[in-house]
Amino acid sequence: MARYLVVAQWSWELDGWIVAAGILCAVASSLLGNFLVLRRMSMLGDAISHAVLPGLAAAFLVTASRATAPMFVGAVVVGVLTAFFSEWIRRVGRVDEGASMGVVFTSLFALGLVMIVRAADHVPDLDPGCVLYGAIELTPFDLVTVGEFEVPRAVLTLGVVAVINLAFVVLCFKELKISSFDPALSTASGFDSRLMHYSLMVLVAVTAVASFESVGNILVVAMFVVPPAAAWLFTERLAPMVALSSLFAAMSAVGGHLAAINVPGWFGFQSTTTASMMAVIAGGLLLIAILFAPRQGIVGKFFRQRWLAFGILADDVIALLYRWREKGATQVGNFANLKRTLFSGWFSLGATMAWLWLRGKIRSEGDAWRLTPQGVASAANLVRSHRLWEQYLVTRAGYESDRIHDKAERFEHFTDPSLRERLDQVTDAPSIDPHGAPIPEEGGGQ
Amino acid sequence: MEKWFRPIVRLALPVAVAMAVCGSMSHDATAAAIGRVESGAPVVADSTSRGFDWEKWLRVLLLRDYNTRVVIAGATLLGGAAGIVGSFTLLRKRALMGDALSHATLPGIAIAFIVANALGHARSLPVLLIGATLSGLLGVAAILLIRNLTRLKEDTALGAVLSVFFGAGLALMGVVQQMKGGHAAGLESFIYGKTASMGISDAVLIASAGFACILVCVLMYREFKLLCFDTEFAGSEGYPVWILDLLLMGLVVTVCMVGLQAVGLILVIALLVIPAAAARFWTENLRAMIVISALLGGASGATGAAASALFARLPSGAVIVLACAACFVISLFFGTSRGLVARWWRARRLNRSVAEQHLLRAMYEILETRLGWPALADQDNAEELAETVSVAALRDKRSWSATALKREIRRAERAGWIRETGDHVQFLQRGLEESASLTRLHRLWELYLITHADVAPAHVDREADAIEHLLAPEVVSELEALLERQFPQFPASPHALAGSTAARTDFRGVES
Repeated sequence: MARYLVVAQWSWELDGWIVAAGILCAVASSLLGNFLVLRRMSMLGDAISHAVLPGLAAAFLVTASRATAPMFVGAVVVGVLTAFFSEWIRRVGRVDEGASMGVVFTSLFALGLVMIVRAADHVPDLDPGCVLYGAIELTPFDLVTVGEFEVPRAVLTLGVVAVINLAFVVLCFKELKISSFDPALSTASGFDSRLMHYSLMVLVAVTAVASFESVGNILVVAMFVVPPAAAWLFTERLAPMVALSSLFAAMSAVGGHLAAINVPGWFGFQSTTTASMMAVIAGGLLLIAILFAPRQGIVGKFFRQRWLAFGILADDVIALLYRWREKGATQVGNFANLKRTLFSGWFSLGATMAWLWLRGKIRSEGDAWRLTPQGVASAANLVRSHRLWEQYLVTRAGYESDRIHDKAERFEHFTDPSLRERLDQVTDAPSIDPHGAPIPEEGGGQ
Repeated sequence: MEKWFRPIVRLALPVAVAMAVCGSMSHDATAAAIGRVESGAPVVADSTSRGFDWEKWLRVLLLRDYNTRVVIAGATLLGGAAGIVGSFTLLRKRALMGDALSHATLPGIAIAFIVANALGHARSLPVLLIGATLSGLLGVAAILLIRNLTRLKEDTALGAVLSVFFGAGLALMGVVQQMKGGHAAGLESFIYGKTASMGISDAVLIASAGFACILVCVLMYREFKLLCFDTEFAGSEGYPVWILDLLLMGLVVTVCMVGLQAVGLILVIALLVIPAAAARFWTENLRAMIVISALLGGASGATGAAASALFARLPSGAVIVLACAACFVISLFFGTSRGLVARWWRARRLNRSVAEQHLLRAMYEILETRLGWPALADQDNAEELAETVSVAALRDKRSWSATALKREIRRAERAGWIRETGDHVQFLQRGLEESASLTRLHRLWELYLITHADVAPAHVDREADAIEHLLAPEVVSELEALLERQFPQFPASPHALAGSTAARTDFRGVES
């Protein structure tokens, strides 16, 4: 089989067309996939890929041939029916979306299996695995002539599908957007959200079946979900999301083919299947998005949190030193005491203290740490914020004076001079807080 | 009798019907496809011909063959176990988890094959199963992580993990097939399943795994119930939600693993989803749902295995799923709790009683406008009221069509509320009493809305109209207790009645 072709070096006639077919399929699917992901129907591609079997078998039983056109029609019809039945059972039977999809596609698949086993009585070479599933590696060998060019049939089919999908998404962008996010609003503003839903379903079925037939099923199932999911982690807006998902889809098509040729070679094997490597590369892109997307990425979130915790710890250290200084030397401001009082780990406290020392806010005096004048100024502002908040919570918000400390402790880190100014005004510029402690002047004047 | 036992009894008949339909369906399909039956009529032939073979049927159905016994027992147990586990995953809204998971096993199978090959044991089943399980669990962990740590939703996580893992598996398979002895024939049975070739060891494996699943579900019933219905509450009660989730998914993995051999990678999903979804139509009670789901799964497994034994070229996995599907369709329509027919019937009954109550109250209000309040309320004891109401006046009272009104009048006459004479209608004793109490209820609610909910008198009519049919007797007695000190036993309408010109505003009790 051509699946095991040795592609020793890049050749535009072969690899060029394979990658072109891959890109077209990936982009066509991910364009629609954005809306599937937003409508929580990500599993539809997978469902359709299994459910088309009875359509293929019926077309085969009716025409008694393996001609492409009737099989295509049969598969599309059953694909659309899958979407319709799932929606109908979900709505009428009040079944969960996933469950209704599961019921429909497994039943259809089983039906198809029985039909095909029956049909195989007539045709020995028909088996459930290879009725309509094309292989992307075969793309360059099935050419049709368009004008004076010879173009692979798969590229032509997928090109047409991609153009239709692009036109649909561009022309109906506003409608798709509203009906995806707020179906009731879309119906209220004069176009039927159900019409958009079913148009989308029909296009999804057509795209899926066209892709099964030309490049196999795993590619389209992956591209419906993975690039849009990655794109959604990068942006909050729909238009950039659609654009980004197409970009990711194209990237995984190119990368997938390169990986399929090269990666097995590192272990002494020949190339593996291109379509599945495209899915794997898309998965890699999704992993990168999950980890490193600027706002949604796990790593970014983690470091932002650490940074915030670090800043708060630094605030706490100087505020604590300030309070000890205020009370007189009841506590020695050494590392052990700070660590015990702040319930902090030695590493984070050490890093924080080092940073404060570098910034010139604290200095070492014998075995204790003391605030520099600069440190006194920052700490006084913090303590001032804390005590003004306490005053405000008691006098203005009606809190009991024994329940205000925790709130003030939280607010003090996010209070800037202008907010302190306002707090000072609305609490009538107090000089002591509800606990009787003095409220320092702005900037640390005693 | 236990509360949950009743739906099961109710279920027994439809299930029997389902199985009969299934059996006849697969028989018909076979017959039609093979072309052995030219006319549609069933052909009963002697046992030597290729027609209906009584001997064979009896042999299979009475479980005379050792092999048949093993296969049917295995399929039934698998169906039952999947039905139980599936109930929990369905309620957890993770019905397709089995789908994602079974696809996610492929890379594990491929890697296990490569490893086993390197160690010199090509295609050893335990190694393949361990590989599949590990990779399935990895897939589940990936899904849970994506769901919990990013804003991607459950379905997206499922779809992404499914396709990427399956892609990785296919890519690895591409490599496996280049290896010595790597021709994937043996691996393919993982995808399509071979129930018919199930041996005693497979059946024992399925039986023990199924028993383990059932045991875990029974022991963890309370915890799983909390997990499915109120995760936050379970968390706040101190249950380790994360571990419970993983345990439930572990059960799904177990069912998938043993199911892979029996019915194949794709159809095992059906066993996890369909019986549970079908059982949901019969009951609102979790315990009953689980039992029904297990019964449906087991019955489908038995039907499929038996049909596969009876007909030579019928893939057992597919028939098991089709039996499930038939159960689902029957449940969807005839389920006693959520089935379409039951719901349609309940809605129809409600609509009818609402329409009847509208008619009676409309007649009462017309008469009251004519005779004046409270003159009509005193007439309760009359044998029948001499006053008649014209149909035309009734039509003006509400926005109902002539046909609908005529239908309601006919129905009310049959029920003995009213009598129709020409184009006039007239209360009978019962009807007058009933309509008086309906009208009283309506006004009580109106007065409640005015005095306690501060709704303007002009608006209360429609609000009361919507709620009056649904007021439970306890609510009515509470209303009475609340309002009896302020208002007479039978209050007047607090607003102008439609069709009358005189506005009735003498409900001074409201202000005092």
